[in-house]
Amino acid sequence: MNKDIWVFIEQVQSNISGASLELLGEAVRLKSKMKNPGKIVAVIIGSQLSELIQVVSMFGAEKIYVADHRKLRLYQPDYYAAILTHLIHQEDPHILLIGATYIGSQLGPMVAIRVDTGIAAHCVELKIDDNDNLVAVVPAFGGKLLGDILCPNYRPQMASVKPGILEKPERIEVQSQIVPVDINFLSLVEPKLKPVGICCHEPKGVPLEQAEVVICGGWGVGDAEHWQMLEKIAAKLGGAVGCTRPALDEGWSQGEHTMVGTSGKSIRPNVYLGFGISGSTHHVCGMKDSKLIISVNKDEEAEIFNFSDFGLVGDIKEILPLLMQSLGIS
Amino acid sequence: MALKIVVCVKPIPDPAYYKDITIDPVTKTIQREAIPTIINPADKHAIEEALKIKEKFGGKIITLSMAPPNVIKNIHEALAMGADEAYLLTDKKFAGSDTWATSYILAKAIEKIGGIDLVITGTETGDGGTSQVPSQLGEWLKIPHLWNVIEFKIKNEKEVYLKTKIENGFMEWKCKLPMAIAVSREINTPRYTTIMGVMKAKKKPFQKLTFDDLNLDEKRIGLVNSPTQAGNLHLLDLSRKGKIIKGSKEELAQFIIDNLKAGGISVEADPIICSCEGETGNE
Ligand SMILES: Cc1cc2nc3c(=O)[nH]c(=O)nc-3n(C[C@H](O)[C@H](O)[C@H](O)COP(=O)(O)OP(=O)(O)OC[C@H]3O[C@@H](n4cnc5c(N)ncnc54)[C@H](O)[C@@H]3O)c2cc1C
Ligand SMILES: Nc1ncnc2c1ncn2[C@@H]1O[C@H](COP(=O)(O)O)[C@@H](O)[C@H]1O
Repeated sequence: MNKDIWVFIEQVQSNISGASLELLGEAVRLKSKMKNPGKIVAVIIGSQLSELIQVVSMFGAEKIYVADHRKLRLYQPDYYAAILTHLIHQEDPHILLIGATYIGSQLGPMVAIRVDTGIAAHCVELKIDDNDNLVAVVPAFGGKLLGDILCPNYRPQMASVKPGILEKPERIEVQSQIVPVDINFLSLVEPKLKPVGICCHEPKGVPLEQAEVVICGGWGVGDAEHWQMLEKIAAKLGGAVGCTRPALDEGWSQGEHTMVGTSGKSIRPNVYLGFGISGSTHHVCGMKDSKLIISVNKDEEAEIFNFSDFGLVGDIKEILPLLMQSLGIS
Repeated sequence: MALKIVVCVKPIPDPAYYKDITIDPVTKTIQREAIPTIINPADKHAIEEALKIKEKFGGKIITLSMAPPNVIKNIHEALAMGADEAYLLTDKKFAGSDTWATSYILAKAIEKIGGIDLVITGTETGDGGTSQVPSQLGEWLKIPHLWNVIEFKIKNEKEVYLKTKIENGFMEWKCKLPMAIAVSREINTPRYTTIMGVMKAKKKPFQKLTFDDLNLDEKRIGLVNSPTQAGNLHLLDLSRKGKIIKGSKEELAQFIIDNLKAGGISVEADPIICSCEGETGNE
């Protein structure tokens, strides 16, 4: 039995996805905590992967399995799961980490059934216990509780982590062994599901996860007019706008990808400015790691104030116009 | 083309009460007894999608829930929305199942119901929120499955076209029924129940199934047999300084500007001067 830590590498328009990069960094960290560590192994599935392999080898992967074929260009769950299952059966890894992205959220649990093991979802922290086993910390009840999840009797121990939860890794050069995967066996797989197209738009402005200042608006912002003010202030500060679910449902925000919380993004900007947010655990779970948290709410008893460095008791409708004025925004 | 559709509906403790959840310091168990249950919000979108499909093509909608026995109110609500029949899987042996075991039990029940064209779930639950049950259910049933479906169209006899969400856009797919889909919140707006619906709900077929009704391997279900095991439990310590700042609107706005600078954000801002101060000064 080996102690290898595997990371499934996902790509976004030929680049390594943020989630996979963060997981590679995490694998390096976990390995350093183990008494008898194995190798860090990356699995890349797709088409025309040479550049991606380069990147992966710069972040600590000692061995890289590469399944490179035209028919793997678009994500096809049956092919991707079959390749992972095949490799797992062959190599019996100790741990397998996967991003809780749109693709990973389907692929991870699927592979867990195929290789008959457990998987911990949406982990916020990964640890190694005294037996070199994985302890995955997962949120429950919208993040109010955190529980350790163990998988003592099945292998690999699987875990998924959302993008933005873990820190971005440092580069470490290692000699990576590249192992091409023979995918001839895929001719036996006859998927009923056919991917027929993919559409990606370039995200506008600074991505939420990378912004140094994030202005979050909640239901208390009240209307589209005041939402516009948030957008303008964020643009002026070189930051991004995030939202809560009610603000999304009202149609004020730019879309699902701007929601912060358990079912949305996890962010850790230098400054988080929250307007009209009550502080439900679902939202707080996604912003609690921000360095400085300032919240404005007209309700002195608002829950969000317990999660803030500074809780400003005031009316957004009065404060936003003053901020606009001071920043010279018309 | 009448379709037989199963919708997986999970009753969950109402998220509005999560902030009050505590851990018993002695027994280390979660104290949540007093919390009422609601239908998992995402699952209302699943019911709505089934209703829309039925309106167009005809068929039958069966809800399937695995939960403790005291959730009849939630099941009636699903029936009141328009589902035709409901099954509740309830047994002490099921308690504490992880997603592996939950999806296995749900799949066995779907096999027992039989002849299903489509399984619809929500994307995630509000309490555990793993998002794993839908794909695992699809695997057990050995049918194609997709997660986070934002568009679902039945073209002709059992041929379907779908869109799923990805990080910066969407993917398009073709498939054939039977399949399983987890629908996103964006796919539709769930309808409300009507008084007529509520009245009809109580007369609709409703059946409880226990361990003995399903062809299950007892060694693979429940808390102790699930592949994942729960270890220590912690309450998230989210409390910060929590310093409350009060003042005039100008002072508050100025406070924000000053702290942006302190937080390392470069701001060019004019000082915020209280307009009323000037006025009173003139008097
Ligand atoms: C399964 C599930 C997943 C979820 N996931 C997420 C998630 O990822 N992210 C998320 O955000 N939510 C999520 N939610 C929703 C979450 O539970 C809360 O409902 C939501 O976060 C509350 O948003 P809010 O604070 O904007 O609105 P509210 O709770 O309505 O709060 C509005 C606040 O604004 C204040 N206010 C009103 N007017 C003014 C004014 N003029 N000036 C100052 N203050 C004002 C009020 O005092 C109040 O505190 C989820 C829910 C479920 C069930
Ligand atoms: N106990 C259950 N009973 C019925 N459906 C469930 C159950 N658990 C999960 N589901 C379904 O699976 C979806 C995702 O749940 P989860 O994987 O727990 O986040 C939910 O939206 C439900 O449709």
